[in-house]
Amino acid sequence: MTNLTREETEALIQEVVAVYPEKLKKDRLKHLAVNDQEVEQSKKCITSNRKSAPGVMTIRGCAYAGSKGVVWGPIKDMIHISHGPVGCGQYSRAGRRNYYVGTTGVNTFGTMNFTSDFQEKDIVFGGDKKLAKIMNEIEELFPLNKGITVQSECPIGLIGDDIEAVSKKANAEIGKPVVPVRCEGFRGVSQSLGHHIANDAVRDWVLGNRDNDDSFESTPYDVSIIGDYNIGGDAWSSRTLLEEMGLRVVAQWSGDGTLSEMELTPKVKLNLLHCYRSMNYISRHMEEKYGIPWVEYNFFGPTKIAESLRKIASFFDDTIKEGAERVIQHYQSEYEAVIAKYRPRLEGKRVMLYVGGLRPRHVIGAYEDLGMEVVGTGYEFAHNDDYDRTIKEMGNATLLYDDVTGHEFEEFVKRVKPDLIGSGIKEKYIFQKMGIPFRQMHSWDYSGPYHGYDGFAIFARDMDMTLNNPCWGKLKAPWKKSEDSSSEAATA
Amino acid sequence: MANIMIRKGETGDLVFYLPKKDLEEAILSLEFNSPERWGGELKLADGQSYYIEPLDAEPKLPISLRAKRM
Ligand code: SF4
Repeated sequence: MTNLTREETEALIQEVVAVYPEKLKKDRLKHLAVNDQEVEQSKKCITSNRKSAPGVMTIRGCAYAGSKGVVWGPIKDMIHISHGPVGCGQYSRAGRRNYYVGTTGVNTFGTMNFTSDFQEKDIVFGGDKKLAKIMNEIEELFPLNKGITVQSECPIGLIGDDIEAVSKKANAEIGKPVVPVRCEGFRGVSQSLGHHIANDAVRDWVLGNRDNDDSFESTPYDVSIIGDYNIGGDAWSSRTLLEEMGLRVVAQWSGDGTLSEMELTPKVKLNLLHCYRSMNYISRHMEEKYGIPWVEYNFFGPTKIAESLRKIASFFDDTIKEGAERVIQHYQSEYEAVIAKYRPRLEGKRVMLYVGGLRPRHVIGAYEDLGMEVVGTGYEFAHNDDYDRTIKEMGNATLLYDDVTGHEFEEFVKRVKPDLIGSGIKEKYIFQKMGIPFRQMHSWDYSGPYHGYDGFAIFARDMDMTLNNPCWGKLKAPWKKSEDSSSEAATA
Repeated sequence: MANIMIRKGETGDLVFYLPKKDLEEAILSLEFNSPERWGGELKLADGQSYYIEPLDAEPKLPISLRAKRM
């Protein structure tokens, strides 16, 4: 399949939205664009961070998901209470695969679900008493916890419970940080506002805890990893590279992270920001309050890794700069072998992505290292600044889709006919049944890590395993094959 | 009036950030940019201009300020 021209892509967009009512059509057109690298500012070609239209299939999450699931959840030594009905926490429990070390239920609590399990009477009479009781129970049952956060679900905001007061009281009683987070699901248009609210909670309740305490011995090479959630071990494979080049990683936010790491972050020299979307707020805050610069980096694929290592090293002296070169050289034979093995099997294949956070732009480099091309990409919950950063990464005349609907995504795929799709679990089976190889790119399809050089080898293997799987040639029953062998694949 | 932040970008130039709109834009010119007086009208690369109350001294960047759109 050859690539579409600019005109063809524009016509495709028009064709796909034609089924919508007039008003929705006008609205959705603003979210779909043909990439043009000339455009300096994304707001000229694409609108983002708007409310999803009622009645369409959207793939977004809620503010609670952004706070409990993304930012706070991975802090392993705190207990995060999903405050409200049981479902929000239970159905999302342990789904994100943010790995950690520790003994679950003793000193770490990542994969457990703590909830106040709201019943009718709690809605009617308020749940503050119950919350206070839960906190005491937690202290008794899990004395090694380092603190508690209260992650509000929708009803809390609706009935007007005062979780701040309860938290303050509990904080005085148990002597550990108790953080109320106002991340009710209905706030904002997507999980994105949840990230922001969670960042603000960190800023207000955690970050300043050790402001007047100089007992921590810092070195000139202290950094923190911000916005790496350790999906399948991502933060670990990033951390080793940084340590090998001579830096000291003081904190991981928040994959495999702890409360004390968060409290120590204001003492570092540089914040390394991987997921810009979910943690730029706290990085900007630390820059202003503590004068810690931050730098965005990308650890997907050898090209971007080398670029990022050099960029990070440029903030330090020559020992670190040499360290970066040493690391790149050290892994060179390794990643060249990976490319030599997989590139011939993947060369020229076309990929469509639809994910969240940083991946729609960050993984492009890794695909390109394997000779593949990303022909369409989009974010669930990006803002304009994310698209600003994406336009340059994408080829001209490729598709950009913001908060894509189920209908649009399917139609795009039918026409563009990519060789591989990377998106979430909700999309997976639709496209697999259409006969298109699919990777679940939120939690790496039960694989990973994908960050760093070690991760790249796994990434390449996984893409090959999926794309060149013999099953794709066996989708049609043999007796049906002879009839219409011409219209195979992608026309489900 | 909007809350904005001014910081030094990767190249050392001033960068304007408006969180509400996720607007990140290079600052082309600043009316007063001397150690005694800092602020006033600022022109952005996308053509917009904002006004910030001039400060008596050059601030430590980044800094959060209130700005008025002109
Ligand atoms: S929208 Fe509300 S009810 Fe639904 S998962 Fe989010 S917090 Fe829970």
